[in-house]
Amino acid sequence: MTVTKAETLPVRSGDDVVRVRQRVRALAIEIGLGLVDQTKIVTAASELARNTLDYGGGGDMRAEIVQAGMRKGLRLTFEDQGPGIADIDQAMTDHYTSGGGLGLGLGGAKRLSNEFHIESTPGAGTRVTIARWK
Amino acid sequence: MTMDGTEVLKRTVTEDEAAILVGWTAALRDSGSLQSGRIREAELQTQAKAVLGQFRDALAAGGLDADSEGYASLRETLADISRSRAIQGFTPTDTANFVFSLKEPVFEALRRTSAADASALAAGVWAGGKVLDRLGLHTMEVFLASREEVIGRQGQEIAELSTPVVRLWDGILALPLIGTLDSARTGVVMENLLQAIVDEEAEIAIIDITGVPTVDTLVAQHLLKTVAAARLMGADCIVSGIRPQIAQTMVHLGVELNVVSKATLADAFAVALKRTGRKVVRQQTSTEERR
Repeated sequence: MTVTKAETLPVRSGDDVVRVRQRVRALAIEIGLGLVDQTKIVTAASELARNTLDYGGGGDMRAEIVQAGMRKGLRLTFEDQGPGIADIDQAMTDHYTSGGGLGLGLGGAKRLSNEFHIESTPGAGTRVTIARWK
Repeated sequence: MTMDGTEVLKRTVTEDEAAILVGWTAALRDSGSLQSGRIREAELQTQAKAVLGQFRDALAAGGLDADSEGYASLRETLADISRSRAIQGFTPTDTANFVFSLKEPVFEALRRTSAADASALAAGVWAGGKVLDRLGLHTMEVFLASREEVIGRQGQEIAELSTPVVRLWDGILALPLIGTLDSARTGVVMENLLQAIVDEEAEIAIIDITGVPTVDTLVAQHLLKTVAAARLMGADCIVSGIRPQIAQTMVHLGVELNVVSKATLADAFAVALKRTGRKVVRQQTSTEERR
């Protein structure tokens, strides 16, 4: 698997979340994702970016266009240095929220992606990686 | 012998001011600032003359430190010019070149006055380059700040774009949402809608989300809150404009909108008419009557 393009965007304000969505949509179009898949990855990115901002206290998104053989994909990594998640299983449970949201963001992002990986160290931060393949 | 570059530069600019001005305006003319037609030659010359005069005074008062008190009036003049350039739509290159193109005539003048003394020439060129670079950067900073100001104002204007509540029929309201739904905007939207429900004695409110590019959980939550508030006011809500890709995404997200929803505003309007006991009928006899 090779990375053919990579860029990093800040996620530090509500405006940054909008920019993340726009950039992810542009990259999804670039690798030729269909309208439904575009919408899915953009929505997943929006959820994760807002988590990074609201719960992680801000961080970065790294977007990569990856190629495995003939397949192209978009991989997004959201990283923050916030308080971390103590119980990941609980956080992944639908309708569970530690804030005031619907509690569907993390689980929803997983269902909207082909690949989903989360790692978190309490007190050190959280990293979520998702990928969508063409 | 080491020469004080500041002294060389000061002397040259003072003695050779007229020639430098001629060279500078020629350079400005050639650089294309005038070709875009955004500024007239006379105006450009006036600006050049004022800046050069102040540059000479500033050199005498503040030496090479472009951030010092002696340069205050020159910085102010350059800032004004930069700001007006930003508003007139000049490119950053054009704006920066206004100062940077002063280098050539100044270096030329240094060469004329200090041709015999290589170390004086080098010191003068170094001094001139240093101070003019700093001034050029200053114009760029002001230019960018003015642009940022313009962008910031536009952002505010967009955010404040009123979200109109449209009366479609007696008791039927429509709320076309366009753009990103953040918390602040939802507050405005909800307030407008609830007030309109009271004013129009509306039974049904159609919330159209055709213009909302991404529906994530936050947008869904805002929608649900708006619907719940409208219900408490005695009005039923219909959500319209749910595109196929949005529908699929919402299913995967696990969001359930417990409201009547329709693909298009027209469908939603038809439902609303039906619920309020109305029907749209095509007049079949109209064409025959005209004959």
